[in-house]
Amino acid sequence: MTGGDDSDRQAGDPHALGGGGGDLGRRPGHWISDEPWDAETDLQALDRKDLDASTTTLIWRRFKRNKLAVLSGLFLLIMYLMLPVAGFFAPYHPQARNTDAIYAPPQEIDIFTAGHFLVTYPTVSEIDMATFQPKFTADYDDPRPLRWLTSCGDPWSFLGLGETAFRLICPPEGSDLYLIGADRLGRDIFSRLLHGAQLSLTVGLIGVTISFGIGMVLGGFAGYFGGWLDAAVQRSIEIIRSMPELPIWLALSAAIPANWGPVAVFFMISVILGLLDWPGLARAVRSKFLSLREEDYVRAAELMGASTTRIVGSHMMPNFMSHLVASATLSIPTMILGETALSLLGLGLRPPAVSWGLMLNDALDLTAVEIYPWLLAPMIPVILVVLAFNFLGDGLRDALDPYS
Amino acid sequence: MAAYALRRFWTMLWTLLLVSMLIFWIVNLPPGDVLTNQIQQLQASGEAASVSKARFLMQEYALDKPMWEQYLIWMGFWPGPHGFSGILQGDLGWSFELDKPVGEVVGEALWMTIALNAFAIVFVYLVALPLGAIAAVKANTWVDYLATFVGYIGLATPNFLLALILYHKGAQWFGLPVGGLMDKQYADQPMSFAKLGDILVHMIVPIIVIGTSGMAAMVRRLRANLLDELGKPYVTTARAKGVSRVNTVVKYPLRMALNPFVADIGNLLPSLVSGSVLVSLVMGLQTIGPILLSALRSQDYFLSGFILLFVSVLTLAGMLVSDLLLAVLDPRIRFSGRRR
Repeated sequence: MTGGDDSDRQAGDPHALGGGGGDLGRRPGHWISDEPWDAETDLQALDRKDLDASTTTLIWRRFKRNKLAVLSGLFLLIMYLMLPVAGFFAPYHPQARNTDAIYAPPQEIDIFTAGHFLVTYPTVSEIDMATFQPKFTADYDDPRPLRWLTSCGDPWSFLGLGETAFRLICPPEGSDLYLIGADRLGRDIFSRLLHGAQLSLTVGLIGVTISFGIGMVLGGFAGYFGGWLDAAVQRSIEIIRSMPELPIWLALSAAIPANWGPVAVFFMISVILGLLDWPGLARAVRSKFLSLREEDYVRAAELMGASTTRIVGSHMMPNFMSHLVASATLSIPTMILGETALSLLGLGLRPPAVSWGLMLNDALDLTAVEIYPWLLAPMIPVILVVLAFNFLGDGLRDALDPYS
Repeated sequence: MAAYALRRFWTMLWTLLLVSMLIFWIVNLPPGDVLTNQIQQLQASGEAASVSKARFLMQEYALDKPMWEQYLIWMGFWPGPHGFSGILQGDLGWSFELDKPVGEVVGEALWMTIALNAFAIVFVYLVALPLGAIAAVKANTWVDYLATFVGYIGLATPNFLLALILYHKGAQWFGLPVGGLMDKQYADQPMSFAKLGDILVHMIVPIIVIGTSGMAAMVRRLRANLLDELGKPYVTTARAKGVSRVNTVVKYPLRMALNPFVADIGNLLPSLVSGSVLVSLVMGLQTIGPILLSALRSQDYFLSGFILLFVSVLTLAGMLVSDLLLAVLDPRIRFSGRRR
């Protein structure tokens, strides 16, 4: 591409338009910069930048190309950032019962009515004497505007530091705000979804931390030292992998004493979920250790007298840490689903804790769901979060693979 | 081959032994169980008859012995109060909650569980094999994209949520009976053709629900493997020599790609069995799933212990079959085994 002859350039060179100042006359009507232009500089700059770029930059650049993964990552980031302030976004306290709103359907919201922005109508419930189901009728002549950024209802606590009743949206004066309806005790499902996310989403993080710790230590020892330790770890990996997860989870969580508080139960459940998940990670760590142990730079470090801690910590770890993070990302959804399944079956978290699985427990009642389908609402965030974690994990793994 | 099979069987046996210890330990984890509570109540009443009954129960179930001895008696390695009478001898123990022998409680449910899982595996393979092969041969066409899309949905939708949806909507959407494994009229009847047919019809939806996620993973893996094989020079040679289109795929590349496909059963089975337990619980199927749950809730540990053991045996036996099948398919495994 060194200047070439003109015919060549017109045929295929994408830079032809701006190229070689002298050829301008042949294409009237186009604006062409007078600046001297060297076809090589751009390419060189790009090359240099690529060569100088750190691994992180390269990975980030590859990751950004996968739009779905980026989107999923953003979605999860927002979800997790929302967790500590879930109470601010929820119009109600998750335990606030309203006997007038038992099984209330999702409420109608009008965007502009009577000069107000976002309006609901007060609803009156009465028992239909023929079917014995509550019937809700809205009074459309009486629009009530939502209240924004005020205090209302029971206070929510911010990370246990302080309590406030200040909320983003409050139900209108003298009316209710059930965006996704209410459950069998008249509790707002939307507020419970937001609060339920706190437990449902953190259970995966804690579980993965535990399984990560066990997997790293056992896999690392097995891979680095080999011998009987390796054999023992290998056997236990095989045994745990051959056991069906869910029945064992059920048995372990059935062993949690009934008199434990919700927080203790929550931690126990995360530990149980983590305890069965480590074999996959341990296996990955072990195989990485086995292959990296033979690398020249490890040999060199050994010959120079570096300690085991140093070799492992600063030479080997950076090489496989990123892969482990990617595979850990992929095992978080398994744990979220595990907690949901356990709570759904009544062996996981216990009320008054709020989690998506516990909310779905209500949905096991066939007749209730038939009449009040909004009880199934927690399925949507579960599926979205699981999908997002899968996309994010896939994206990370692809971005980290230098050969892709 | 025989030596390989024997060695593989031996590995399974001692894995099973360790698993059984682990299970016995897990089911004994809860501090109190039905029997201990009963005994405590009897002793607290202070009446002579009750105290002696409590003592009888203690002895009958070897509760006065240390844990390891209880385990050995349970398994039938060690003489208990009635001589050698454990799982190995066919005595599955006593369900305290239901006051029936465990064998009687689980009874039919065991066969239902085996049938459900076996059908689910057959479904996974029957659907995944053609779908994966077609997706690979027609790579990057709409058939492929459709298969990938279905696969992703199947992989991402947790099967108990799928079960929950179909439990509510399945009857409406497909006109198939959903919930339970048989019609109420057959519940206590002996097996007959009418009952068998009814069970099969009831199993369709659960099998699809249980199999979907495993199937999706299989399709993806088979597609990737087959694509790798199809790019190899020998396939080009075969095509150049005029081998028919079907044969260029089926005769060698598919056989090569089938290998990890069969080996994968090891990963598939535990999750499949887990899934079947969960789906049974959600859809109210009469397998061992609901029995396990109630046994765990009431801490009826002979019952729950046996069910957990059975579920593990199911997975381990399945893995054994897949390994043997793999050895039949792939001579390299047989021979490398012999050299070791």
